[in-house]
Amino acid sequence: MPLNTPGDGSGQVLFTLSWILLVEQALNGLQFGLMLFLLAAGLTLVFGIMDMINLAHGSLYMLGAFFASALVEATGSFVAGVLLAVPATALAGMLLERALLRTLYARDHLSQVLATFALILILNELVRIVWGSDRPLAMPAALSGPVELLPGLYYSSYRLLIIGVGFAVALLLHWLVARTRLGMWVRAGASNREMALAMGVDIGMLFTFVFGLGAALCAVAGALLSPLLAVQVGMGENILIVAFVVIVIGGIGSIRGAFVGALLVGAIDTLGRTLLPIAFSAFLPPQFASAAGPAIASISIYLLMAVVLFFRPQGLFQARGQG
Amino acid sequence: MMREPNVKAWLGPLLAAVFAIALPLALRAFGQVFYVSFASQVLIYALAATSLNLVLGYGGMVSFGHAAFVGAGAYVASLLLHAGVDSAWIAWPAAMAVAAAIALATGAISLRTRGVYFIMITLAFAQMLFYLANSIKAWGGDEGLTLARRPALGFGVDLADELSFYYVALAILAAALYALHRLAGSRFGHAVVAMRENETRAEGVGLPVFRTRLACFVIGGAVGGLAGALLACHGKYVSPNVLHWTQSGTLMIMVILGGVGRLWGGVLGAVALLGLERFLADFRIGWLAALVPNYAQHTSLAVGVVLLAAVLFAPRGLAGWRRARDG
Repeated sequence: MPLNTPGDGSGQVLFTLSWILLVEQALNGLQFGLMLFLLAAGLTLVFGIMDMINLAHGSLYMLGAFFASALVEATGSFVAGVLLAVPATALAGMLLERALLRTLYARDHLSQVLATFALILILNELVRIVWGSDRPLAMPAALSGPVELLPGLYYSSYRLLIIGVGFAVALLLHWLVARTRLGMWVRAGASNREMALAMGVDIGMLFTFVFGLGAALCAVAGALLSPLLAVQVGMGENILIVAFVVIVIGGIGSIRGAFVGALLVGAIDTLGRTLLPIAFSAFLPPQFASAAGPAIASISIYLLMAVVLFFRPQGLFQARGQG
Repeated sequence: MMREPNVKAWLGPLLAAVFAIALPLALRAFGQVFYVSFASQVLIYALAATSLNLVLGYGGMVSFGHAAFVGAGAYVASLLLHAGVDSAWIAWPAAMAVAAAIALATGAISLRTRGVYFIMITLAFAQMLFYLANSIKAWGGDEGLTLARRPALGFGVDLADELSFYYVALAILAAALYALHRLAGSRFGHAVVAMRENETRAEGVGLPVFRTRLACFVIGGAVGGLAGALLACHGKYVSPNVLHWTQSGTLMIMVILGGVGRLWGGVLGAVALLGLERFLADFRIGWLAALVPNYAQHTSLAVGVVLLAAVLFAPRGLAGWRRARDG
């Protein structure tokens, strides 16, 4: 993601600006983490409840972004376009589940990997045929400027909007899963699928619903992140792996785990990207410091996952097998 | 115990060998030398997929990070050549050794986990190498390294010649397949399969599960490294893309498509996947062109549909499908 690097400022300037930079990057990390959570929440539910490895989850994120781009253009309004893209992507996800993925639940993980990998190829090409390889999606003009949060601290108002929406959706999801009957079924399914089935939960409908919910969350993340990143074919592949890292760190099937994991990964990735080059420049030549920082930030999230798996193989929050 | 020589069992490999030996000669006769180079690439991917099949298919260890070993081999061979080491006899064994060392270190950690967690931790290690290769300027960073030439093999074999390279790759693949065949029939191979089928029971009869699995993982990694070295020498190019997770995914797809835990699984998968891509991109299919004029630009759509059909209709891979029809 594009970050406001401190330019070619001398050590003096860096030092005086450092607390602003820190707050700014912490907010960026929060913003990225919340969007990761939206992706990871759907993935962890599909994985936890249906025991299904869905590599095509990233394709739904891409689909959401393309829907948003096309609908924003068609309606002329950013809000209307994004709000329409969410049900459109949810519908696409549910159709996919009904038509195809449903037949894969009973199969082994390898078959699921092969089938959903095939789906990535198919969806990528279909999007390319319909819309081309990339599309524009600009942030709304009203939000393109910065706001002054504290004296001297300017922050992108669009990113603030993302943080707000991210928290709102997370709360909504929490309410849905923890407080409603539907959520109770979802938790029962994640905890023990056979038992939930035996207790009369309509697993078929539940699976379709969960899949649609996951797709809708993907669309929110895809639509909101796209003005900062880019709407292009293949955008889902890399973020998919990061989302997998999040759910493994958090514990598969656990929404709470996905939330904690996503914020952790978002913070480490974003802060590492900015702060490590500065830290390295203290004792390394600058061209090396600027290259090593982002690399080590990227590596550190995988390192975190490896360490978590080593000490807590079930992830930070265990969902399966708990009441 | 002596076994009757089984003509039927040898007929398939024999026909495959005759076909593989004759193929480049026929291609050259028709002036299609480009396809000899493509065929070499298929052989190299077949080698990489076969090495993964040992780990994934025979050993039941679903590694989602095999690109780490292929990529490590590719980088070692490239960097040695870049540093002026011309001999393939140094570069290729070195690639295998480094890949084996990485497999030993990562395997020792990964094999303490099971199931999905093993999948993710192997992926994690491969991703670490991917970002490492991206960041090191001396290795070409994200642009990679272009090699001036292929290494020298000696014995009058010129690897720059496409035909010679093809036969070298073919010989290596044949040796690997024979080794895998012998390995599968050995005490070690039976132990590895027993652990896949029932780990608790294997442990119960006193097999050293962790050590045996680690050995299997390291052998797979080493052969993967050799495939990587060949890949870099063949294309005279290496970049972090060889370490990207989609590369691990592609190798996994080849194994699943070809047949998990079957001797020819990796080869069949590589031939089918790469062959299909190449076929759709290069040959004009009349009725399809009439329907969709620019279909050649969207070959991965067709590849995706074929893969999906393979999952739905040939659940045990191409090798398993053939057997199911025979039996």
